[in-house]
Amino acid sequence: MAYNLKEWATRPERLTGGHRLCAGCGATPVVRTVLRALKPEDHAVVSSATCCLEVSSFLYPYTAWKDSFIHSAFENVAATISGVEAVYKAKLRKGENVNATKFIAFAGDGGTYDIGLQALSGAMERGHDMMYVCYDNGAYMNTGIQRSGASPKYSDTSTTPAGKTIPGKVQHSKNLTQIIMGHNIPYVAQTMPLKNFKDLSEKAEKGIYTPGAAFLNVLAPCPRGWRYDTALLMEMCELALETCVWPIYEIIEGKLTLNYIPKEKKPIEEYLKPQGRFSHMFKPGNEWMIEDVQSRVDREWEKLLNMNEMK
Amino acid sequence: MAIRERLSGNEAVSIAMKQINPDVVAAYPITPSTEVPQYFSNYAANGEVDTEFVPVESEHSAMSACIGAQAAGGRAMTATSSQGLALMWEMLYIASSYRLPITMATINRTLSGPINIHCDHSDSMGARDSGWIQIYSENSQEAYDNFIQAVRIAEHPDVMLPVMDCFDGFITSHKVENLNLIEDDEVKKFVGKYNPPYHLMDKNKPMSMGPLSLPMYYFESKRQQAETMRGSIKAILEVAADFEKLTGRKYGLFEEYKMQDAETAIVIINSTAGTAKDCVDQLREKGVKAGLVKIRVFRPFPVTQIVSALSKCKAVAVMDRADSCNGAGGPLFTDVTSAMYGRADGIKVVNYIYGLGGRDVKIDDIHSVYNDLQEIVKTGTVKEVYNYLGVREG
Repeated sequence: MAYNLKEWATRPERLTGGHRLCAGCGATPVVRTVLRALKPEDHAVVSSATCCLEVSSFLYPYTAWKDSFIHSAFENVAATISGVEAVYKAKLRKGENVNATKFIAFAGDGGTYDIGLQALSGAMERGHDMMYVCYDNGAYMNTGIQRSGASPKYSDTSTTPAGKTIPGKVQHSKNLTQIIMGHNIPYVAQTMPLKNFKDLSEKAEKGIYTPGAAFLNVLAPCPRGWRYDTALLMEMCELALETCVWPIYEIIEGKLTLNYIPKEKKPIEEYLKPQGRFSHMFKPGNEWMIEDVQSRVDREWEKLLNMNEMK
Repeated sequence: MAIRERLSGNEAVSIAMKQINPDVVAAYPITPSTEVPQYFSNYAANGEVDTEFVPVESEHSAMSACIGAQAAGGRAMTATSSQGLALMWEMLYIASSYRLPITMATINRTLSGPINIHCDHSDSMGARDSGWIQIYSENSQEAYDNFIQAVRIAEHPDVMLPVMDCFDGFITSHKVENLNLIEDDEVKKFVGKYNPPYHLMDKNKPMSMGPLSLPMYYFESKRQQAETMRGSIKAILEVAADFEKLTGRKYGLFEEYKMQDAETAIVIINSTAGTAKDCVDQLREKGVKAGLVKIRVFRPFPVTQIVSALSKCKAVAVMDRADSCNGAGGPLFTDVTSAMYGRADGIKVVNYIYGLGGRDVKIDDIHSVYNDLQEIVKTGTVKEVYNYLGVREG
């Protein structure tokens, strides 16, 4: 059935209000949208790595999760949900009466790109029937904005401060989506909250209902860490799309399809400018930093265009 | 009908796992426990179990998957040794604090470094305060029997804590011995079904597990956990009594060997107890009143029971196959002496660190310990409390 925002918006809310995530946090709409992709009759077991989402949604004795939820530690959400899914398989094999259940893991970029990469890789390779969602806000926001493997080059974080001799983070981020693509799992996608949430919704639905392992890498802007106006979440995503900093695409059976190709790619400054974490790049004499980032974005975008099945 | 068999400790425990037919076994290879998941994966491959075998990419993930599985209402098991247990360390505490009755075979191997694959108890002793019930097994028969009992103890409604069944790497894990197995259906009947009142898979009663618990609540939950550990002795003995009815094999918190009138005694854990019992027999033939206490349940520590077992001795040697590097003595020694303090004062208690990194322990070594104890009884003085046995000096 074709995507219809009105219909999706009326589906039951599976993450209640009253949680303690920040105003304007990108993670919340990502989680709510992903959970709306579940068929209302399906039970879900959701697991989260230790992260902003976890500590803000489940403070004893309150929980914001209407489905079953388990958090155990930082680096192991993929392994934890693997165990849950394994019980489901065993119960079905034993012929026990179990509800139709879907398995979804959430983690930030620290818990995915860095400390959780091993457990994630293992779970993807083993092919558990689950969907792993990384909400990527580009730093360890929960512990106070330290750099991660997902932090963009030159970003000013609390462990890569833009100083007099070192201009913020000195490395580019790694391309996690393509690392997972290398696992040859049935469904991999990169997305973010955009306009009417069509892209994220459809990818979540495909990921959840594709048998086997699925992975979504979702850009989730963080107004605290990125230092932009709290109200501009959707605009930040739009800029990430139009500048090709965060292209949206999916990989099905190894074939990559770009889901959006801008008619004219916007210059990277438009994405960097509203964010305080990049403000030092706009000081006179630092133009080379912007050029460096632009050339990286161009290179990566070219690679994607070459891989794109739709060209 | 008991089944007579000749098996190694690893085989015996794998057979116990097969007979229990758990929902999930998640494990990672490490010497000397590797054989357990190897044997078990054969059972899974041949359809002899319904278990989902999850060959994880690390021991950290093995314990994480067991946590997920047990929280989902399944029965989850694993096996590990040494570095594997060390890598699980973070998750051991989470498993116990979530009150998940996971069962694990811990095949004792020394911790690096330097790297060494042979037996000592530094691995499980490092995990002694992780909130797991720890049961130790002298031989394959005990490893098998304790593994089956561990499931019942862990899942006992008054307990709901994970249990590890620890036995000596290579010495017990690989040595083939005669033992009695229980019939499959008797094992299944003994362990029963695992039906927790709340679990993640229940659509009608969704639950959240693993909250952020701040100063307002954390302390109470830890206190409850500690009280449960302390009180679990009752369930452990209850399960042992049922096990005795089924098999005729009697288990307690520890084994007392010729302790009735013993003047000198050693307190010891696992396979070396066999060697030490031979030594006691030889001493008894010479009229020496020697005895031995072999620890079965180390966590919870049977404080008052140990004190009453040792209270009539004149001198006691506590044998530790792990050094704490704490300046005070090995882990068993510090627990035994703090149990005795104020409850059985005046008894001389000394400590021997032995067998580290798989160093062989011979009957003569044990004789030297009893000789030292007799000397202490005779002179009334202790030369050195904290001793090493079988190490080259200088």
